[in-house]
Amino acid sequence: MYKYDEYDQQMVDARVAEFADQVKRRLAGEITEDQFKPLRLMNGLYLQLHAYMLRVAVPYGTLDSRQMRMLAHIARKYDRDYGHFTTRQNIQYNWIKLEDAPAILADLASVEMHAIQTSGNCIRNISSDQWAGAAADELTDPRPWAELLRQWSSFHPEFSYLPRKFKIAVIAAEEDRAAMRLHDIGIQIVEKDGGHGAAFYVGGGMGRTPMIAPLIKDFVPLDDLLSYTEACLRVYNRYGRRDNIYKARIKILIHELGVDEYRRQVEDEFAHVKSLGIDPPKAEFDRIAAQFAMQPLDASAPDVIDRTDPDFAVWVDQNVAAHKVSGHAIVNISLKPLGGIPGDASSAQIDLMADLAERYSHDELRVTHAQNIVLPHVRKADLFPIWQALDAADLATPNLDLISDIIACPGLDYCSLANARSIPVAQKIAQRFADPLRQRDLGELKLKISGCINACGHHHAGHIGILGVDRKGTENYQLLLGGSGAEDVSLGTITGPGFDEDGIVDAIERVTDKYLSERTDGERFVDTYRRVGMAPFKEAIYG
Amino acid sequence: MVEHLQADGEEPCVTLDAFLEQSNATAVRLESDEDARALIPFLDRLKLIEVAFPKFRDGRGYSSGRILREAGFTGELRAQGDVLVDQIGYLKRCGFDSFASEKDLNPADVEAAWSRWPEHYQGAADGAVPIWKLRHG
Repeated sequence: MYKYDEYDQQMVDARVAEFADQVKRRLAGEITEDQFKPLRLMNGLYLQLHAYMLRVAVPYGTLDSRQMRMLAHIARKYDRDYGHFTTRQNIQYNWIKLEDAPAILADLASVEMHAIQTSGNCIRNISSDQWAGAAADELTDPRPWAELLRQWSSFHPEFSYLPRKFKIAVIAAEEDRAAMRLHDIGIQIVEKDGGHGAAFYVGGGMGRTPMIAPLIKDFVPLDDLLSYTEACLRVYNRYGRRDNIYKARIKILIHELGVDEYRRQVEDEFAHVKSLGIDPPKAEFDRIAAQFAMQPLDASAPDVIDRTDPDFAVWVDQNVAAHKVSGHAIVNISLKPLGGIPGDASSAQIDLMADLAERYSHDELRVTHAQNIVLPHVRKADLFPIWQALDAADLATPNLDLISDIIACPGLDYCSLANARSIPVAQKIAQRFADPLRQRDLGELKLKISGCINACGHHHAGHIGILGVDRKGTENYQLLLGGSGAEDVSLGTITGPGFDEDGIVDAIERVTDKYLSERTDGERFVDTYRRVGMAPFKEAIYG
Repeated sequence: MVEHLQADGEEPCVTLDAFLEQSNATAVRLESDEDARALIPFLDRLKLIEVAFPKFRDGRGYSSGRILREAGFTGELRAQGDVLVDQIGYLKRCGFDSFASEKDLNPADVEAAWSRWPEHYQGAADGAVPIWKLRHG
């Protein structure tokens, strides 16, 4: 994976010094909270209901054991001994003191990490496929392109005061594991005539006006990747709406201009930007790509898994995925134990996952947008001891992509924007469907919960989505069906009137019962929904 | 060192509309929602372009600055308005070379904020050599 050279380190160190100075000026009262806010936000520091929250960047979700251990250290030393992995492949800490923030950033910088641009109206952390470099179905590893974009977007002088935040994802497989088309820019590395290029989807997003990004250009030569991205951003920075925060995302600009007009403006801008010489030479891409290239894995490693232990076999079937090299596998560690908080991990659990990565997974871990952790390069022969270690730490719940593998935002328990709690609802649903056989019978079922209309919990993209709203001072939960953040991307539809906290759990059970009675062989929940439509489900829910 | 220009004795800026109607003026003010490219035919005769930053969050002026420099403008490019210490580095990179802040900026803070960044990842309008070029010579 990518290692900093002296330039990268110097940038991060400068940022630590800068932020220490900004915090000092704020604590001394030299700058107001209003002036400090955009500065702290660009360093990932939010003011929440009870304390500051610090969001640490995990670029394209990749980290090594040393970095993972630092995340545990921060949880222990500066927070309440746990961290929360997020839907943007980052980690956030919910109980941070402002005066500790500079020291935390310095600790992060010592392991080539930072919190740069994890919030604010700038280009956020670049996200990617959590199985990059390991997936059997990928065209190439997308992360070198993501790293190129990371460097280009870091402290970008023109795009640090955009109309609104800006999220970019890069993938290189047909199977979309990164919700690529629900990003402001989704880039898919594709092949044409034997060469690779980038398909640009621009203007996707969730929030209160969810939109699936339309295709703006099917094949951008990779030598033009940064110029083309810069052109997309410049048109947005100049013409994106700034009069209304809820209409400021690029999706609204493209919706109002029309896809063809936006594309025309980008093409005009690109013709100019390409002449500026901002694209690095191939040698720079090669320098980055070489660092992601691994020692070749041993393709003659044993391919057989001893499935004697039935619990182990269940976990293998549910949480282990195919690796591109024979004899190897991708381990998905669920951070969704029964009754737990989706995405939370204690410092001890984080340390354990770091140890396993160092010992068994070529020192690599990934954070997924579904708030789980991945050990990407594991020998099949090592799966059993890995499972034993995970099981002992409550990290071996065999529920990947099942109904209890819930994405949930922090909700009203933490977040000052939330209208309703998300975590207790996630816990009640997991309890209701606690029987593992029942979960497996329901099959792939992506359930996502947001505690407000901003949709951090991706409810629009859930096969089943839940949106918490405030109705006359009480928490109310709307139910959505039929969304997807994958390659079959779609937006969920609201079923009808909302429910209270227990009512929503009952409603979901009526929906899954209806699915079981309607499904045909091999149909996932979302397939059945798409075939039979909303009406039978509505009938089942509301009678 | 950053200059803090005084308005005394210099030609006042005219609005973009006024400039486009009678273009004898050599100083023009561009509001944040105005198209910098409207000035491109006249850059040779302009001495000063003042770009408005009505709120520090309004980042349109950064694009205006770069567009003007990319089109070859060599006169004074001034950022006027809600310009804060921590934005001056980005403004300089986008081609601005003078700053008329409504805030009382401490020159030492401005200098410290700017000099903290020895190199930059990306090319912009300040002529700085991007890090990728330093890596590859």
